[in-house]
Amino acid sequence: MDENLLLDAIERYRKGEMTSQEKTFFEEMRKNNPEIDVMAVEHTFFLNELEKLGERKSYKYTLDEVENTLVNEGIIAKKQLKAKSKIIYLWNRYRKTIAVAACIAALVSISTATIVSMYSGNKQATNLTPLVKDKINKLEDKVDRIEDKLDNAAVVIPVRPKFAEKFRATGFLIDGSGFIATNAHVINNARNLIVENKNGDQFYAKPVYVNKSTDLAILKVTDTSYKKINILPYSIRRSSAELGDQIFTLGYPREEVVYGEGYLSAKSGYSGDTSSYQISISVNPGNSGGPVINKNGEVIGIISSKETNADGVVFAIKSKNIYTALEEIKTSESIKLPSMAAIKGMDRVRQIKKIEDCVFMVKGN
Amino acid sequence: MNISEQEQLLLKGLAENDKKAVETIYRENYTTIQSFIVKNNGYPDDARDIFQEAMIVLYEKVSSGSFELTCQIKTYLYSICRRLWLKRLQQLQRFNPSTESIEQIVSVEDELDTHEKRNADLIIMENALNKIGEPCKSLLKAYYLQKKSMPEIAEFFGYTNADNAKTQKYKCLVRLKKIFFAQYKNGG
Repeated sequence: MDENLLLDAIERYRKGEMTSQEKTFFEEMRKNNPEIDVMAVEHTFFLNELEKLGERKSYKYTLDEVENTLVNEGIIAKKQLKAKSKIIYLWNRYRKTIAVAACIAALVSISTATIVSMYSGNKQATNLTPLVKDKINKLEDKVDRIEDKLDNAAVVIPVRPKFAEKFRATGFLIDGSGFIATNAHVINNARNLIVENKNGDQFYAKPVYVNKSTDLAILKVTDTSYKKINILPYSIRRSSAELGDQIFTLGYPREEVVYGEGYLSAKSGYSGDTSSYQISISVNPGNSGGPVINKNGEVIGIISSKETNADGVVFAIKSKNIYTALEEIKTSESIKLPSMAAIKGMDRVRQIKKIEDCVFMVKGN
Repeated sequence: MNISEQEQLLLKGLAENDKKAVETIYRENYTTIQSFIVKNNGYPDDARDIFQEAMIVLYEKVSSGSFELTCQIKTYLYSICRRLWLKRLQQLQRFNPSTESIEQIVSVEDELDTHEKRNADLIIMENALNKIGEPCKSLLKAYYLQKKSMPEIAEFFGYTNADNAKTQKYKCLVRLKKIFFAQYKNGG
């Protein structure tokens, strides 16, 4: 018997799709043919396992959805709270230890001073006393300062959560107050999103615009520790770019920012998609979401994907999609795109130095 | 202890992957677990992971068909989370806290063993799926995981008709089965 037919029979039997006649026939066959019976048992087990995986996946999806709802309602704690509560918790926990340590330190310095003064001349003793006092004062000062710092902990200490990232990509500022453009496929299904600048400072962000068909997403940095950048060095091009335009990109295929250079090779993207360009540039996973910038310092596109079978065939979303996106969300978010490219006319090295600060690693889990 | 009818309903909903039931259980239990974990050297983020894991354990239990929960959902989840968290702490070699708890707990060792075994099996299956490559992976996922119909699949993947798609599906399935059992019989 053909194997496929047999597998089909087993599946239909399992699903109860057989007519009673077929069923009897099939059961009869299993009884008389131990090989087929073993196969049926094995295949049923296998299908059960496979379907369990599917069930688990959709259940996990429900869990994530519920989690998101509760995070938004504040029932599940957000992370900013964590840094603060942890520090306060540590302070409370070690407060006594610190106090004891301070007392011992003070005692030791006084007794050392006394011993020293006993064994040395008066002249030296007078010199020593203020020193000791100073030390105690300093210690008190220090404790005070630590306490002060802890009081302001929430603001002063940068949030540096341990963050098990599931993916990494690139994004860049389109408004210095904290709006970042990246790819929609990057943030798809992410539970938490953070962006990291080249100094390694991390900030929480949330999507304010996601368009799967153009693959464009806009994130908003929600972290209070984020410092606004007043003037972006590049501008966003509204009109179409020209064939042969020299272009470059910055991105995070590694932990460090990486530069790449190329040219615009076609005005349409994958299978004639007019919302994107084809560019020739060498990119790697992680470059997704990076800006494509021409020599005048205008962002003309956003790297989104590359052709798997061909080398150097990369597609970038056209920058005018950003304008369309802003139009759609203008009622809820006011985003002001940069209008002038300050880096126009600079040499490449200086251009990169300016742009680097505005290109972020986008991480999520 | 008797489980109230309301709890039975919740568990039934959970077994059917009903979002409302999941949400209710989250709302009623999450804060307790979070404060337990934060009190015991954890971060709120750990609480999210642990709670999810516990919800999966509970789901496995109720969807296995032969579930008989002998205590309140609250107690059960707390016990699972507590056990999972202590284990995690040991793995991380973080300072082991005193976890004498005032909450009522039940023994959950067996469940967690089953759960781990099941996780391992699912991982074998997932790895096998990742190994067979495209379009097999998407094809099988569409049929067995997302439960799409054969004609739908034929259209989506560009097969001329459902029968062609079916033949292809079985070819893929046989390959997946081979990879899966090779791993499975090796004990992962």
